[in-house]
Amino acid sequence: MKPARFEYVAAKTVAEAIDARSSFDDTVILAGGQSLIPMLNYRVAQPDAVIDINRVPGLDTISVDNGAVRVGALVRHRQLELSAEAFAAHPLLREALDNVAHIPIRNRGTICGSIAHADAAAEMPAVLVCLDGFVTAQGSGGERNVPASDLFLFHMTTTLDSDEIITSATFPALPKGSGYAFEELTRRHGDYAVAGICAVITPGPDGNCASASLSACGIAEKPVRLSAVEAALVGTNLSDDAVSAAAALVDDMVTNEDDGAGGRYRRQVARTLITRAVAKACQRAAQGRA
Amino acid sequence: MLNQPDRTATQGLADEDRIPVSVTVNGEAYERSVSPRLLLSDFLRHELRLTGTHVGCEHGVCGCCTIRLNGETARSCLTLAVQVDGCEIHTVESLGSKSALGPVQQAFKECHGLQCGYCTPGFLMVVTDYLENNADPDLTDAGIRTALSGNLCRCTGYQNIVAAVRRAHKIMHAG
Repeated sequence: MKPARFEYVAAKTVAEAIDARSSFDDTVILAGGQSLIPMLNYRVAQPDAVIDINRVPGLDTISVDNGAVRVGALVRHRQLELSAEAFAAHPLLREALDNVAHIPIRNRGTICGSIAHADAAAEMPAVLVCLDGFVTAQGSGGERNVPASDLFLFHMTTTLDSDEIITSATFPALPKGSGYAFEELTRRHGDYAVAGICAVITPGPDGNCASASLSACGIAEKPVRLSAVEAALVGTNLSDDAVSAAAALVDDMVTNEDDGAGGRYRRQVARTLITRAVAKACQRAAQGRA
Repeated sequence: MLNQPDRTATQGLADEDRIPVSVTVNGEAYERSVSPRLLLSDFLRHELRLTGTHVGCEHGVCGCCTIRLNGETARSCLTLAVQVDGCEIHTVESLGSKSALGPVQQAFKECHGLQCGYCTPGFLMVVTDYLENNADPDLTDAGIRTALSGNLCRCTGYQNIVAAVRRAHKIMHAG
């Protein structure tokens, strides 16, 4: 349970960190370290170099712009959770963050680090997917925005190049008139999710569902958008029956059958969480709280 | 012998690069050169001989090794010693002494908030943080249990730890 040897690079700028990524075969970026250091301790990861970006200035800012929230690579989960400005603009983020591990972990772990780590059961990647958010990455080829839909490839695998670094993640604003919810089931509070559902529902003037955006963590090999469920919800009156029927369409998306929760159980959990999340989102939309 | 740093445990292979670290722990300044792969938990225990911080799972699950890093709780097993250069750390040793227990320690003693004591340093740090950092901490069962949820105890069944949190709050605000 001790890390294997590595070179330690304390980068002072993003450019230095990118250079270091190119100078070694196998590198990892150390931000909060709350997923990386367990992997080093277990020697699941044995990189040639650990590039510490904690001393790079300017990466720890949260910016709120017209309801959208952008978090720099060093913004800790707890920092975003406690940000009054981010909460006022985008309350879904705090609701999701409350499910991320425990306070001592959230004090250190970063949102961008969780996204880069891309654990299929992690909450913030699923939120990014639900909102059609994006990350900004810098590499030797320059800077680019990568939409969440193109980012996650597989459990703990993203499409980013090996010399790229996520410098920020942007969570787009909740639509006007929408309601939101993040619902999750864990064995113990703070554990990885058996399943987690992120939902944003916008009712039209007639009360019917005008648009629906749902994503899930824990159910598949990566955070997934529940397009079939969304399509089945739009146009309905969001009655219990309509929501249950739509939720049943998650079944085909549930591919994770690990020991902690077999497929049948996980499908049931996912369906239940969808009905809860949609109900809560509708309630919030009705209260005009979103 | 016991007071000598354990070189093999803390410094790794002879040809590994050493990186200088200056850190303040419990108000005292320390300067050491460490291997980059040395965990903060091992640095505290083996290099500084502050063995109050316990090491349980070494992957962030059990909470035994919780310390305060620049005032915030953190897992010392999920932090590299080289990362704390210039930082301020508080460990369980900062909470009191055998002859003068701190309020949280006193409360754990009175309420039997520990049995074997292995997890206790982590609990003491988390509870201290919870009671000091919240002007009005949620002292309902649910509030306390959420605050404790990142720490595992295999002896007490948590009942007496929850009671100790309330008792500690009382002691801290008496007089």
